[in-house]
Order: sequence, then structure tokens, then C-alpha cells
Amino acid sequence: MTRGALFWLVVAIALAALPPIAGALGQPFYIDLVRRMMILAIAATSLNLILGYGGMVSFGHAAYLGLGAYAVGILGVYGVTSGWAQWPVAIGACALAAAAIGAVSIRTSGIYFIMITLAFAQMLYYLGISLEVFGGDDGMRLKSRSTFSGLLDLGNAVSFYYLCLALMLVAIYVTYRIVNSRFGMVLRATKSNEARSRAIGFSPYRYRLTAFVIAGAMCGLAGALYANHTNYITPGLASWVQSGDLMFMVILGGMASTAGPMLGAFALLIAEEILKGWTEHWQVILGPLLVLSVIFFKRGLAGIFHA
Amino acid sequence: MLEVRGLTKSYGALRASDGIEFDVREGETHAVIGPNGAGKTTFISQLAGDLRPDAGRIVFAGEDVTQLRAPRRARKGLARSFQITSVYNEFSALDNVALAVQARAGHSFRFWRDARQDAALREPARRLLDQLGLGARADVLAANLSHGEHRQLEVAMALALEPRLLLLDEPMAGMGVEESQRMIGFLGTLKGRYSIVLVEHDMDAVFRLADRISVLVYGRVIATGAPEAIRASPQVRAAYLGEEA
Repeated sequence: MTRGALFWLVVAIALAALPPIAGALGQPFYIDLVRRMMILAIAATSLNLILGYGGMVSFGHAAYLGLGAYAVGILGVYGVTSGWAQWPVAIGACALAAAAIGAVSIRTSGIYFIMITLAFAQMLYYLGISLEVFGGDDGMRLKSRSTFSGLLDLGNAVSFYYLCLALMLVAIYVTYRIVNSRFGMVLRATKSNEARSRAIGFSPYRYRLTAFVIAGAMCGLAGALYANHTNYITPGLASWVQSGDLMFMVILGGMASTAGPMLGAFALLIAEEILKGWTEHWQVILGPLLVLSVIFFKRGLAGIFHA
Repeated sequence: MLEVRGLTKSYGALRASDGIEFDVREGETHAVIGPNGAGKTTFISQLAGDLRPDAGRIVFAGEDVTQLRAPRRARKGLARSFQITSVYNEFSALDNVALAVQARAGHSFRFWRDARQDAALREPARRLLDQLGLGARADVLAANLSHGEHRQLEVAMALALEPRLLLLDEPMAGMGVEESQRMIGFLGTLKGRYSIVLVEHDMDAVFRLADRISVLVYGRVIATGAPEAIRASPQVRAAYLGEEA
């Protein structure tokens, strides 16, 4: 068995074993925490596709988290609570939004790309705040969690947990396949040397835009999960703070690595949780810790595990 | 095969290309020489489509390609190698060439199969590396190849595109004597099979490989002709060869 396969086997077993253990210890809180980590790991994995592999520093990726969540919430308001309808709409809406945002922003590069993606995300954030019908600034409670024809009850913390685990592993595997496919090779090569890609006949724009749309769609799924996780949606999901968190997860975990975004998401949320227990000024400690980790783990946490 | 008419490109007051007239016949190796700063790389970048001329026309295989960008021209069979090595440093030599093979194979909107396991890409790439003498270095990261090997890799990638016209921008730049000789020998085997535009400083290589030579000075072609004629031309000697001889 290769090192990578062993790593994923351990991850899958450990995560699968958590709910019974947390249940036995009478600490259901952990199920909730890890579920949130896995949902954000999906979002971070999607960001890694464009940031890590594509070299596109999107500072507005939380836009899709927010949009995916609002798709679920808004459909709920109008009586559509079936996940079979809600989730594809969330994913589709995010793909469309990513196509529009990407079509404009991918024509730029460097600092302009960062600022434009940030600006689009902030637009959506303020749109959320201005929508009084859907709770405005305060956000709103979901009418009900997404339903799946009675097959799956997201109100059941444990089954929802296993759904998130399965979807996270699928998202990571799909991303892994994409980045090693012909498409992924073009994407990564173009990050490495754009002039060379043009010279051999690849038009970078289409490949980047396609990756941007895939990443947006995948993050939309994370948004739909997140809405169900908190049972509550707020514009804050699309804020630049959230975008920054996602970027940090990717960088901390290891850009352009398979496991990096997941490790980064887990590490960031665990550190946050521990520090919150110590002091309410936890951010003062977390900040320097993050800086140190970036300095010392150049290839991210994934570099330690070779995963 | 290639016709260039009145090609002009200015940077401010500097005319890097000043009404260049140039053509390449089918199967011909046409060398471009000229002193440093004569505008050779500017010229080849316009042929490849990386730079847009201010005026003039480029006709390739009967089609006006002046307005086409580099990727489109590459797909039409115009392949360039770079004077300053431009490869994918984080990828192995084999990956580099396989990417060029992939570019030749058409669109790359295939999302699932592992490209590194794809024999349709790997085998032609391996054959090319062998031809260029890089076979033993296939799995080395491009960043870790020597300068001479980079030049060979550049040529392998250009050939992987199965081009109709090869634009070689100083393929021997910075190579040692032995490596240069090997590269000249290899380029000699391409003669006649490809139409080639060769920009080169190494006069030995130019006179051995070229069917015709054009001399570029201050963005103008001051002479075009067979190697002997160019060598004998007093105008050329004054402008260029004199400095080196």
C-alpha cells in the first residue's frame, strides 16, 4: 500500500469512528464541530483547484459559500424544501455566478484579479444585507432542513455527519482526478509558465474559466451543506473574512496538494476551538500562530504527511 | 510557406522592426542573423504571435495570420522555441514534452483519465526525448536540467507539435562546444523535413545549416541570399560580420 493510500485509509477510519466515540463519551458537540470542518474542507478543496493548481488568487471564494446557502434558504421560503431541487439549484447558481465573475476577472491577473474577485464577493455580501425579506443583516432561520424523500434526515446529526464525510471524500477525489487529467495538466502547466502554454497552442483563458466554474459549483455544494449545518443563513458567509479563512486553510494545509485544504480546514478550526476555550481574545494568539506555521511549513501541513 | 510583408513594430522612438520583407519556402532553412539589438527576437515573436505588429502582413501557408494570437498560430503549425529557456520547471522533462504532444492532440477538456498514464501522450514524448538525447533524463524535473539540456528540451517540445514551420530562437545559445555540435548535427537531420526559421549567433551553425540567410540590422533586412553570397557581401561585412571576424 502506498503512503498516500494509507493516509486516506487512516483519515476515513478516524472520521468514520468519531460519531460512535463522541456518542459514547456523551460529547455530541464534537460531531457538530467535525461536520463543520468537513463542510469547510469541501469549500477549501474547491478553492485549491483554482488557487493552488490554477494560480488564480481568488479572494472572493466565500461568495459561492454564501450563494449556495442562500439558494437553499430562499427556495425554502418559497416552499421548496426538497434537497433534490435545492442542492442542484445551489450548485447551478454558483456555477453560473462563477462563469460570470470568472469571465470578467480572469482577463486580469495579479493584484487586479485579487481585487476584482474580492469586489464581486463583497457585492453579493451587501446584496445579502440589503435583502430584508430574507433577513437582511441578521440572516434568517431555514424553514426546514433540506429533505431527501425520507431517505435521509439531515436533522439527525449522525447521518448528516456521514453525508458530509462522504461528500468531502468525493470532492477531494474528484479534484484529484481533475488535476491529474489532461485538463488539469494544462491548468497546472499554465500556472507554471503561461508564455510556454500559449506557444504550444493552449489558450489559458478557457481552461482557467472552466476550472473557476468547477470550483464555484463545488463550493456551492459546501454552501448548501453549511446552510443545513447551521440551519441558519447569514450574509457573513460571503464576507471577505470568510474568503480569507478559506484562503488560509489552503495555504496552511499546502497549496496544490490533495490533502492540504482538508488538513488546513481541520487545523484552523481546531486551533480556533482550543484558543476560544482559553481566552476571548483568541484571535490575538491565532494570528501569530498562523504566521509562524506559514514560515515553518513551506509546503503546508500536507508536506509533513507527504499527502 | 511563410511570407512577411512590411512588418513594422515600434517601441516609442525605437523601430525594432522596420518594414521587414521575409519569406520561407517549403522545406527551406532560412537563417536570420544580425548584431545584438537588431530586433531578431522581436521579429520572431511577431511571427509566433506573441507580439502584434504595428503594420505589415504575415501570411502562413496561404492564410493571413497577422491577427491571430500565439495559441491559434501554434495550432496551425507554427511552433517556436525560446531564446531564453521557457519550459515548465516544476514538471519532468517527459511531462514537458507530453504536454506539447497533448497540445497537438487537440483540445484538453478531458477531466478524468490520468494524463501521466496515457500512452498516446507518453510514448511520442519519450521517442522525442530519445531523439534529442534526453532519454535518460526523462524523469528529471525541468528545473534541474543543465542549460544545454534545456535547449534540447525546447526543441523537443517544438517538434512535438508536429509543426509545418519551426521558429528556432537561438537554439544553441549558451551551449558548450560539444553540445552545440550535437545540436547542429541534430538540426541537420531536420533539414528538408521542416521549414525552419533559425535565429542564431553561432556563425558556424548558420553557415552549415542555412539554405538562405537574411541579415537584420536596426530592424531592417539589409540582405537576403545564399550563405556564400552573404559571406561575400561587403555591405553585410561592414554591418555585421566585420565585428565578429
